[in-house]
Amino acid sequence: MEKSSSERITSALFVVIVSLFFLLPIAWLFLAPFDGQPTYRLKLSDPSFNNFREMSQNPYAYRSLLNSAIFSAGTGLVIILIGAPAAYVLSRVKFKGRDVFLYFLLLFSSVVSGSAAMVPLFLLALRFNILDTYHGVIFILAGGLLPAAIFILKDFTDSLPRSYEESAKIFGASSYRILKDIVAPVIRPGLAVIFVWAFVQSWGNFLIPFIIIRDINKQPAAVMMYSFYTEAGDAVIRTVAAFGFLYTIPVLLMYFYVNRKYGFRFYGGIKG
Amino acid sequence: MRGPRHKDGATVMKSFTHSGAKGLIGKQELNRPVLPTFRKRVSMKQRTRSSVAIGLALALAIGVTSITPASANSVGAACAKADQKAKVGKVNVICKQAGSKLVWTDTRVRTVEIAANAIPGGKNSQTASWINNFVIPKFTLASAQKGQQVKVNFVPKGIDDNAFKTQLALDLSAKRGADIINLDGFWIAEFADANYIKPLATVLGKKTVNAWDGWSQMPKSIQGVMSYDGKLFGTPSGTDGRIIYYNKKLFADAGLPTDWQPKSWAEILTAAQTLKTKLPADSVPFQLNAGAGMGEATAMQGFLNFIAGAGSLIYDNKSKQWQGNTKAVRDMLTFYNDVYNVKKVGNSEWQKLAGEAGRNASFEAFSKGKLAMMIEGDYMWRGVINPATGNFKMADRDTNVGFARIPSQTAGSGVGKQNFVSYSGGGGYVVNPNTANKATTWELLKFMNSEEAILAFMSIGNSVRITQRADVNAVTLTSDLCLKFVFEKAIPVTFFRPPSADYNAVSTLLQKATAEIVQGSSVAQVAADYETALKALVGADKVTSN
Amino acid sequence: MVTEIKAGSRTDKSGNSVLRGGAASFFLSPATIIIIIFLVIPAFWTIYLGITNYRLTGFSAVDPEIIGLENFKRALSDPAFFNSLKVTFIFTIGSAILGQAVLGFFLAWILFGLSKRVRSTVEIIVIAAWMVPSSVVSFLWIAFLNGDVGTLNAILGSQTRWLIEYPLESIIVFNIWRGTAFSMLLFAAAVASIPKSHLEVARVAGASRGQQLRTIVLPAIRPYILTDILLITLWTFNDFGPYLITSGGPGQETELLAIFVYNNALRFLDFGYASSIAAIMLLINLILSLIVITTGRKRSK
Repeated sequence: MEKSSSERITSALFVVIVSLFFLLPIAWLFLAPFDGQPTYRLKLSDPSFNNFREMSQNPYAYRSLLNSAIFSAGTGLVIILIGAPAAYVLSRVKFKGRDVFLYFLLLFSSVVSGSAAMVPLFLLALRFNILDTYHGVIFILAGGLLPAAIFILKDFTDSLPRSYEESAKIFGASSYRILKDIVAPVIRPGLAVIFVWAFVQSWGNFLIPFIIIRDINKQPAAVMMYSFYTEAGDAVIRTVAAFGFLYTIPVLLMYFYVNRKYGFRFYGGIKG
Repeated sequence: MRGPRHKDGATVMKSFTHSGAKGLIGKQELNRPVLPTFRKRVSMKQRTRSSVAIGLALALAIGVTSITPASANSVGAACAKADQKAKVGKVNVICKQAGSKLVWTDTRVRTVEIAANAIPGGKNSQTASWINNFVIPKFTLASAQKGQQVKVNFVPKGIDDNAFKTQLALDLSAKRGADIINLDGFWIAEFADANYIKPLATVLGKKTVNAWDGWSQMPKSIQGVMSYDGKLFGTPSGTDGRIIYYNKKLFADAGLPTDWQPKSWAEILTAAQTLKTKLPADSVPFQLNAGAGMGEATAMQGFLNFIAGAGSLIYDNKSKQWQGNTKAVRDMLTFYNDVYNVKKVGNSEWQKLAGEAGRNASFEAFSKGKLAMMIEGDYMWRGVINPATGNFKMADRDTNVGFARIPSQTAGSGVGKQNFVSYSGGGGYVVNPNTANKATTWELLKFMNSEEAILAFMSIGNSVRITQRADVNAVTLTSDLCLKFVFEKAIPVTFFRPPSADYNAVSTLLQKATAEIVQGSSVAQVAADYETALKALVGADKVTSN
Repeated sequence: MVTEIKAGSRTDKSGNSVLRGGAASFFLSPATIIIIIFLVIPAFWTIYLGITNYRLTGFSAVDPEIIGLENFKRALSDPAFFNSLKVTFIFTIGSAILGQAVLGFFLAWILFGLSKRVRSTVEIIVIAAWMVPSSVVSFLWIAFLNGDVGTLNAILGSQTRWLIEYPLESIIVFNIWRGTAFSMLLFAAAVASIPKSHLEVARVAGASRGQQLRTIVLPAIRPYILTDILLITLWTFNDFGPYLITSGGPGQETELLAIFVYNNALRFLDFGYASSIAAIMLLINLILSLIVITTGRKRSK
């Protein structure tokens, strides 16, 4: 559509200012890790990889990144494999109080992701014998994220016309096959986005691994980050910057990949 | 005429023992008869001698190749042949290499786990290195030499101390966790009340515990670090004390004595004022920890000393009462007010920063000669301004830093009529009451507290500290002026924080009170607000006012 | 034969024409199991703890008593709680409603009319802010707002100690920065769903962009606005992130409710009280959701 020149200018100005606003704080992450003498200043005065070398001296650093990947990918997969069918059902089957039910689950998930739930979660994990395990952390993370995931996925499937499924049904296809071969391919971009969202939430999560994991070889990066602090509790900028960089890159790359392949959208029409 | 020379019988027989046979029997020789034939006739005497020799050799060979169980008498005794199996009473043993010896070793492997908030290269790195590089290898070897196979696991961690405490509490509440646990001394009370830990004598048996000779080297005052309700819960890992550090050069510049020892709060203020007028504007005269950002550092290095100096302890163990809006508390707040608002001899900004930032700012200033006086623990000397390894290295530390005791409000006004006060903390190791391996755990704990181990700890960090053993202190503290001063002058007048589960929350209320003073509120108002909050916290019947 | 293939035939009373009962429960059961075990049970357990005096250490650890509404009474007379409540409301209104939603919408709206390349680039930057893990992000902002050498001060030429002098404002701006991506994406989908013809008609009729916005766009995307406000209000109200930047300080100036709960739980190990606060937060969330939903429903008549 056509715009007046004043509209063009304000648009451009807006875009530039907002972009700078978002860019500037992140810029430090791309300079300081490569600076031999990093401070809080945005600079690159002494380019080197020393910080990474120093960080590597921690024998658990790289392992923790792998653990984060396991927790996050695991949670993402569980969310998709379990959440998508559930969202599908809730989308197609109306029962009384369905929406209220979903809202309540959403509210409960905020209780469970707070610090107060720490003791119940620990005792629950103890009872089910999943303390200090990968799957323990994954299930708990998934439990907290499922309501929001189902909420969003349900909107994706809501906007899908039922005609394909109905025809397939008439031709004798089982519900499972309908889900797998008709619905899933269409909402695949939505699944990818939810996977990334669940991945990112798990990637940064400190509380659950902190409650559940004791074995240092299973600790994720979120917890390991704190071991780069000194005796005094002060962050050692060199290693924290380097580790922070390595800790951030995977999620950014994942986003780029999904964006390129599917486009990153919560689309499919999210209506209230 | 002598017959063809052949090796005498014994040698031949020996050569058919285990090792010998290998050398002799090559491929071709397998086809030859095994026993040599005596072709030549020999004399009767020679034959007898040969027979005896053969008999002896046979016995020796049998003896060497098969040691019967009957000759093994205890676990840890020497044995001769590796991998040989046997039994000592009900215990299965196997002959194993331990260092340079072969000993009868119990086939059971006992696992012991140590938990501490320490990680090599990060938090409490010295402890982590000590455990990994000294305790574990040395103890494993020493045990092996006694015929015991042990596997010691150390779970390194580098998290916030409160987070570590929470993890420990969770584990202990579920009757899990490591066998030897590093606990801060003032957590003992709440862990004991919750039945998570038990007195050492209860867990291991009174006789066993008392049998250790290390206790004679551990001063009762330091044992106090790990005691509660009159019972000892673990072994302390040394302790510390608080004193006033001052910069001698800045004092000299301001015309103050370089061997300064204030005898009252007023004298501190006077010195600070003098410094303020005589020193450049960017120098801070006095650092008195305040605010919630510094957490317990505000308590230990700040208000606790001043409440005690005004004549009361923050918590009375006998009456089970906390100090509310009392004279001691008001006097302490007045001192803060004097420092930050009336005489303005402190840096208010530092007290408002979040987390460790304020404390670090004060450390940095002192190390650079921009802060004249500060109250701190010996940790500052050892770890912060240490010219070799500190976070804020101070090159002239050894020549330019003076120490003074913290005075009471006035002479004799302190608790117990003391002229000077100090506060001590420290932690130590407890034994998990749920441990599966009591005997091994106790052996390890004793080892960690041995003279050898403590000396090793000190040599790793390359810095001296006040340890729990008097024999070690006698040797190491002579070279370090500051620690000698703390050990001789501050520790005798020191107090410990109240062993109450509520202490943490009360401390936070007082930290907040000092923050409000720094921000300019009046002493009367702050004291009243503090008491209101305190009553809401512990119940009005547990609060004293006067 | 033909009559049988009519669409909509063979529906059951819930309007479901597609799923058989067995399949439905099969699809739902894994999610149900996980949600019951790891969500519902811990949530109710936590609320239960709120009516006890349970602590993780001390006598109340072995011997917790049910004390009914004592914790709630304590909260209602606790100035720290009210401070936290106030801080959280300001934070939520400022950063979620006024910040993320508005900024997210305008970003979506303006970018919609720009070239794909520009849109992609800006989107990537905005989303990156959302994706950086919390512990790293807090570091970035501590550096950005640093009083001596921080980037913000370098640009403005000032020496302001932002986190000390303007802590609440700082974390509000931080949260806007952090969370706008979600709203932007949601509104981008919303704007894309408006039939082009409506906007064309308005443009041809001479409406300015502002008028188009008011009369066509906003009404059309009402449901999206509702969903967005609901989700980000809930997420922001319960947000803990700023703790890593300010620790709730200086003093308690930025002690959000989630941080207040954390302090009571982890520092004082007073889980009874912390749980009661969590229960109160749940109640407030409920009220907020109801407000948002009923407002939406009323208008859409």
